[in-house]
Amino acid sequence: MKETVGTHGLVFNEPLLWEKGAAGRNGFSMPSRDVPESPLDEALAGAGPDFPDLSEVDVVRHFTRLSQWNFGVDSGMYPLGSCTMKYNPKTNERQAALPGFAGAHPLLPAELCQGTLQLMYDLQEFLAAITGLPAVTVQPAAGSQGELTGMLIFAAYHKSQGKARHKILIPDTAHGTNPASAALCGFKAVAVASNESGVLSPETVAGLMDEDTAGIMITNPNTLGLFEENIHEVARIVHDKGGLVYGDGANMNAIMGIVDVSQLGVDVMHLNLHKTFSTPHGGGGPGSGPVCVTSELEPFLPVPRVVKTKKGYELSEDFPQSVGKLHAFYGNFGILIRAYSYILSMGAAGLKKATQLAVLNANYIKEKLKGDFHLPYDRPCMHECVFNDKIQEAYKVTTLDIAKRLMEHGFHPPTVYFPLVVHGAIMVEPTETECKQDIDAFIETMKTIAAEARENPELLHEAPQITKVRRLDETLAARKPCLTG
Amino acid sequence: MRYLPHTEEEIRSMLQEVGVADLEDLFSTIPGDCRRSGDMPLPKPMTEWELNAHMDQLAGRTAAAPEYRIFMGAGSYDHFIPSATSYLLSRSELMTAYTPYQPEISQGTLQAIFEYQTFITRLLGLDVANASMYDGASALAEALLMAIRITRRKKVAVSSLINPLYRRVVRTYLEPTGYEIVELPYTDEGRTDFSALTGLDELAGVAVQSPNFLGCIEDLPAVSEAVHADKKTMMIACFSEPMAFGLLKSPGSQGADIACGEGQSFGIPRSFGGPGLGIFATRSKFVRNMPGRLVGQTVDKEGRRGFVLTLSTREQHIRRERATSNICSNQGLCATNAIMYLATLGGSGIRQLARLNRDKAEYLKGALAQAGVRIPFTAPTFNEFVAEFPKGFDATWKKLLKKKIVAGLPLAPYYDEMANHYLLCATETCSREDMDLLVKEVTS
Amino acid sequence: MKEISELQFAEDVRYTDDHEWIRMEGDTAVVGISDYAQDQLGDIVFVELPAEGDTFAQKDEFGSVESVKAVSELYMPIGGEIVAVNEDLEENPDLVNNAPYTDGWLIRVKPSDPAEYEVLMDKDAYLEMLKGLQE
Repeated sequence: MKETVGTHGLVFNEPLLWEKGAAGRNGFSMPSRDVPESPLDEALAGAGPDFPDLSEVDVVRHFTRLSQWNFGVDSGMYPLGSCTMKYNPKTNERQAALPGFAGAHPLLPAELCQGTLQLMYDLQEFLAAITGLPAVTVQPAAGSQGELTGMLIFAAYHKSQGKARHKILIPDTAHGTNPASAALCGFKAVAVASNESGVLSPETVAGLMDEDTAGIMITNPNTLGLFEENIHEVARIVHDKGGLVYGDGANMNAIMGIVDVSQLGVDVMHLNLHKTFSTPHGGGGPGSGPVCVTSELEPFLPVPRVVKTKKGYELSEDFPQSVGKLHAFYGNFGILIRAYSYILSMGAAGLKKATQLAVLNANYIKEKLKGDFHLPYDRPCMHECVFNDKIQEAYKVTTLDIAKRLMEHGFHPPTVYFPLVVHGAIMVEPTETECKQDIDAFIETMKTIAAEARENPELLHEAPQITKVRRLDETLAARKPCLTG
Repeated sequence: MRYLPHTEEEIRSMLQEVGVADLEDLFSTIPGDCRRSGDMPLPKPMTEWELNAHMDQLAGRTAAAPEYRIFMGAGSYDHFIPSATSYLLSRSELMTAYTPYQPEISQGTLQAIFEYQTFITRLLGLDVANASMYDGASALAEALLMAIRITRRKKVAVSSLINPLYRRVVRTYLEPTGYEIVELPYTDEGRTDFSALTGLDELAGVAVQSPNFLGCIEDLPAVSEAVHADKKTMMIACFSEPMAFGLLKSPGSQGADIACGEGQSFGIPRSFGGPGLGIFATRSKFVRNMPGRLVGQTVDKEGRRGFVLTLSTREQHIRRERATSNICSNQGLCATNAIMYLATLGGSGIRQLARLNRDKAEYLKGALAQAGVRIPFTAPTFNEFVAEFPKGFDATWKKLLKKKIVAGLPLAPYYDEMANHYLLCATETCSREDMDLLVKEVTS
Repeated sequence: MKEISELQFAEDVRYTDDHEWIRMEGDTAVVGISDYAQDQLGDIVFVELPAEGDTFAQKDEFGSVESVKAVSELYMPIGGEIVAVNEDLEENPDLVNNAPYTDGWLIRVKPSDPAEYEVLMDKDAYLEMLKGLQE
């Protein structure tokens, strides 16, 4: 019988930290005491937290075992749509750990941190080069904080024009952070339906755009993996009524070196360094969400900003129209280091090639699987393609079942049930770092699962069976939340 | 390029399957007027060895210990990071994993975050903690927004002794929706002056930092009494140095409804201010209004214990514009970093280390006082305090930079009335010799 | 999820187009969500209800129902004052799934205008509406 990618193996049970250890055990090398003890007012002193005492061996074994229960990009293919789970280069880790970077205090005077300031400045220039939008901030700590920054810039711009606006147009394919970020800024989200081809129609936008609408948030390519081909016209309609266009850059991996974002009519866009620019996803962050804007909107960028003077690099607060500050310091600098290293390693030709191969991989998967899984939009896709479970419905097999079966075959499932406009969506984004053999193995596995759905649906309903735990009771977790031990 | 595995042969074969002639044709749906005219103006690619040399050079132009003696805290602290912690954090199954939406293959991340949440509740004396926010500043902003949501009031009061950078972030977050922010003054002893609260009503929340930006420990029971005189108003205790709670009473045990702040001190390198760790904890009755991800315990099909993300209906991917926050990616790996560090430090360890931190700073404070330096604020401090130097000291401060000593953070840019005041920090990483040298240099 | 033919309906209630039902009981009315609604939502984990004494107009949002993966707002079938809420739902939100027309009731209302009840759909009209949704 043919070997599957995923297989059985020995993993270890490991209790919770407070279920192990023994009072008096020690895992930390306490620095020697060269100062006397100082009395402390008893009213202020506490008993200290109830943490277990563990040896170094206890802790190392604990987290080593926990790590074995996880699937990372280094384990196997991770085709999560709109997440761009590409390989995380290890040289980036070496750079981030350099003592001059890792040990840098953020409030050092400029003359003592020229290295870190230069890195931020250079990275801003690189991102401007990649997007075509000349003014950049690297302060937002994640994509959604970048979106908030963008919404604040919209509000500040309209205020400077003398009239506050209250609405934002958001396509029905948008990521949930889009309306959430708009709402945080006091805007009302107005949904825009995509057309039968899966993209925005200028007429629909024109019907909704008015002078109380601050602008539109667009993801391009959108979350169906399709290029918003009407974007010029849409941008013109919005601009004509005095609005601005926000670009959610989550899908930047599809257009590097190919599209000039400034030519699309986009005024403000954020990038996700933890997607397009190879920084590790960390089990949920940290990410980084730099924002790039047109020169007209430059005065509104958050402060402080890195500027280059004759003396060198400095941080300047001298931007009276700035929207303010979103991060205590300058953003997730450690993540900026990694993205910077990646861009220097790839160069312009490398980034463009990455985009081309990402789009090739996605189209290849689309062509090979469209017989086995329903493809709601049968047209060329960009770096991701969206299937659903329509064919498998006949066998009472759902997208969820397919995902759970795929994982025990050795692949992380694609994004499921998003975007909401496709019922039972399966969004596949292979990225460019997957080789042809692994993509072929994925395709073959998906075909196997399609056959299993027909011939042995129970196998899918019972999946997964060989993982550390099987399907978990999420209803219980929500009805009777147990959030601490 | 070593991250692009496709050979020319493979590309040809795949293009054939797709039915296009070359890679360019894959972009035929993109209108011509959207296309780049030339290549992206970026430097030419570096080999791994060139990159190393370039980065060594950049990092070499930034001051760090041990070459430099930097007596600054102010929201970013130098603590020893055990090798075991950095080593474990580099396990790529943890580092290169995505958000644990598929729990069967993410139990490592989920259990680690559940352990983190638990340790934080024990540290802060509250019922529930989330899986992280971006940093101490945004955590404070989100805490105030949460108080506004719960009480349905539109005004908050914020101590002027909260880190000035955090207060600026709060203003940025609260301004668009027109919420009012009142700043509370401070007393001569270096603590927040709550007498101003009596004039204010309809407050959603009152925020105080302890230890505060001047390093002083606030009288939290008195704060609680003043704030909770109005039963609806919420008390938010924030912090930038949570190591303090290895020694001091927890904010939760002293009346805080929400405790939030910066967790960088727990094994996370300073890294020029980020990534940090936004810590956020509250009482169980407020859990449905809490921002951020939450990991909960449950059972699988076979009754085995397991962990999942839960109470997700609060979050943006379900609630969209009515979500408790827009946060998606948080600081997950930093929370994992923190739990690895705290597990290594242990209950006995954190008590010892916290005490050592305070004793180091007390030694420095005492030595400066003895050498004639004025210590303007009398409230007890943890590992930071303010020293007031004679007029003209800034020239000395600048000269000391050339001797590779950063003699504290000048406070004049943050408080107009604090010319010649400097915020000094001494953690377990400062030796007695370092501190003796500093005293000698600033008083010579 | 259930086929239309598998859905349960109560005979003695009227329905709204966002799937609430209302039953008149003397001078107060009881409100809940239909079997279709609970089936679409899946396992209910939490119900957010108003306080006794709150007043709402017809079609005002009065609360929400949450499953693991979705939230649905609840709208008043008629206007009036809340005289009681189903406190059992705090411990047992699954009552809405298992007994949507009886033990899974949500609120009891004192109607401000009983005529508002008359314009609501009866069981046959609601069934027709559901069939229309299917297409």
